[in-house]
Amino acid sequence: MDTNSTSRKSFLASIVATGLALAGCGTKKDPFALAAGEHAKPSGEKVKLLSVDGEIIEVDAAFLRPVPDSHAISNKAERLGIPGKKFVMVIDLARCKNLKFCEKACNHAHGMHTDLNWLKVYPMEEAEHTAPYWQPTMCMHCDEPPCVKVCPVDATFKRQDGLVLVDSDRCIGCRFCMAACPYATRVFNWEKPDTITTEQTCQPYSCETSVPQKVGTVGKCDFCPDMARKDELPHCVSACPNGVYFFGDINEDSVTNGAETFRFSDLIKDKAGYRLMDDLGTKPSVYYLPPVARNFPFEKGLENEKT
Amino acid sequence: MIKTILTDTQIISDLVPQKFGKRGMIWTLMLVAICMIGVYAYYRQIRYGLIVTSMRDYASWGIYISNFVFFVAISLVGSLITAVLRLSGVHWATPLTRISEIIAVSAITFASLIIIVDMGRPERFYFLFMYGRLQSPIIWDVTVISTYFIISILLLYIPLLPDMGILLAQKEKKGLYKLYKFLGSFWKGTHMQIRIGKRAINILCITIIPVAFSIHTVTSWLFATTYRPGWDSTNFGAYFISGAFLVGAGAVSVAMYVFRRYYKLANYITNEHFDKMGKITVMLGMVYLYFNVNEYLTPYFKMKKTETAFLNSLFIGDFAPLFWSAIFGGMIIPMLVLLFRKGRLPVPMFICGIMIVVGAWFKRYLIVTPTLLQPFLPMHNVPASYKHYFPSWEEWAIACGSLAGALLVITIFARIFPIIPIQETIIEHHEKSTL
Repeated sequence: MDTNSTSRKSFLASIVATGLALAGCGTKKDPFALAAGEHAKPSGEKVKLLSVDGEIIEVDAAFLRPVPDSHAISNKAERLGIPGKKFVMVIDLARCKNLKFCEKACNHAHGMHTDLNWLKVYPMEEAEHTAPYWQPTMCMHCDEPPCVKVCPVDATFKRQDGLVLVDSDRCIGCRFCMAACPYATRVFNWEKPDTITTEQTCQPYSCETSVPQKVGTVGKCDFCPDMARKDELPHCVSACPNGVYFFGDINEDSVTNGAETFRFSDLIKDKAGYRLMDDLGTKPSVYYLPPVARNFPFEKGLENEKT
Repeated sequence: MIKTILTDTQIISDLVPQKFGKRGMIWTLMLVAICMIGVYAYYRQIRYGLIVTSMRDYASWGIYISNFVFFVAISLVGSLITAVLRLSGVHWATPLTRISEIIAVSAITFASLIIIVDMGRPERFYFLFMYGRLQSPIIWDVTVISTYFIISILLLYIPLLPDMGILLAQKEKKGLYKLYKFLGSFWKGTHMQIRIGKRAINILCITIIPVAFSIHTVTSWLFATTYRPGWDSTNFGAYFISGAFLVGAGAVSVAMYVFRRYYKLANYITNEHFDKMGKITVMLGMVYLYFNVNEYLTPYFKMKKTETAFLNSLFIGDFAPLFWSAIFGGMIIPMLVLLFRKGRLPVPMFICGIMIVVGAWFKRYLIVTPTLLQPFLPMHNVPASYKHYFPSWEEWAIACGSLAGALLVITIFARIFPIIPIQETIIEHHEKSTL
């Protein structure tokens, strides 16, 4: 039991050190520290397992414990990125009706403060007599990121797989990146996140999950690389019932919204894809398909607007 | 000969630092009180986070940053009075060198402090040195500001050495005597020391000019390296430096008046000094006005879509009263007053100086915040408090505390050291009387 209490102590200390001491973390048991057999009673149901020596062993099911999703990737590996990938997002403006499922899923998954959104759906109108449309925006993961250029401490960085991430353990909170980003996509944790779950608070911080958000540091959309590592789609993509978002890899030349998969180059060519404020030279990784032949009238989305 | 010796003792007794009088005590205690309120506000900010400020995601920089820019700007006066005037062989400015140098040192100190106050994670300040990336303008700023700080301290300290000798000869052996002894007892006034001292000052004067230009140019680049309307300007470096020299000249005028009145230095800071400072101020004001016209007229002429809302907010919108007050009150009116000989007398100079300094403080605010409230994508899906910015009491308290702190440093310095260089005044007096 000694090891348990010391690990709990150091765990607590690390939480205090990051300024995010929320009640509840300390009582959570470290699943690795306590042997499962100590309290469990055999159920009689046997499970066959492969031991580290390569032998097949039989274990009673009651002795098995679910292992938490441990994030074994080092900070260095997180800063390098997933080899061979070059992530890209395509947003089909013709399909969006401001349902905001994407926003909710994102906020929930990342334990965001209620005032903050990484993903925002803007009502846009290019000029006075042109048609309005809904435009979801997120971090553009630029290939020439203005935010990375100005960061004094390498807290925000560009990876080989194209992602621009924030390391909240490094960020000094100077907010220069927020001033530099022309897409206004970065948010600041002015105070502790209020909707965060205890589980999120207690999970070890990683720049790939961006959870838990830390007070006094900058946050932004991360394209969910933790999901990509599990071969799953980002939360916004899977949450959208209208299939607005297509996520994929430019090296494989394919993007998918879960239900449909397209060749990226064909999709951009056929539907005249473009990038936001491309004239600034930021080279975003998010592409937009213009809002032609729309699935919904613009007005439909107004119902979901907060007043 | 006898007459000069008498004058020497007269000069020394006039210029040695004096104890605070009643007004001096009240002034000092008031500054300490304002500082303490600022410290308390900062304690609250540390405890609750930057949520206690009114800054939010759009106006993510507020009066902390504009206060920082103000401090950096005002610190440039050290290089102007000490270096530029000294190197161009202007001797009348000698009595003003120490005043301007202590303004520079105290302002640059508080510039560094206020930038730490603005950080979301001040305890990670040392990351700038551990993980600093050379491509970030913030690292350039840290580099040049620390260089400027060191040169300014030396430019304050080295000319102080001969005076410390005089003070050591004056003082009874207690209290400040120990401090003078610690700082300057090695100064014997030998020819060798005087030669080295002169040479050192010359070298420092030459080096401080490019460094001074760098600190404010780099500070302007914190803004000009972004895409934002109002900041995306090639004019910014020159615009900032000209403004900095103007506010510095204003600050020196105010300090001249206060020290002259309080320490009865009318024989040393004469009306002629005010007259000449006034002329310099007019010249600097014209240069700044020129860059202001450059900065606002050409974008206004074109009215690009991204600039329109920004310029309108300054010229006719929410910020218009402040903007026009800063332009007229902080630049045009003082300049017009100072054009006249009577306007360059001590009292009007003092008033004009205050107008310039206050105008400059608000002008820095107008450079920082209105731009941030005009993002490229419209403000959307945020609480109402995110769409406007008016500093919270904590921000005001910290900003006022930093200003009071800078004044306190200057006040205490003048209590400990002669605010007008004694040795140099004596030498110049001798030179004058032999002529």
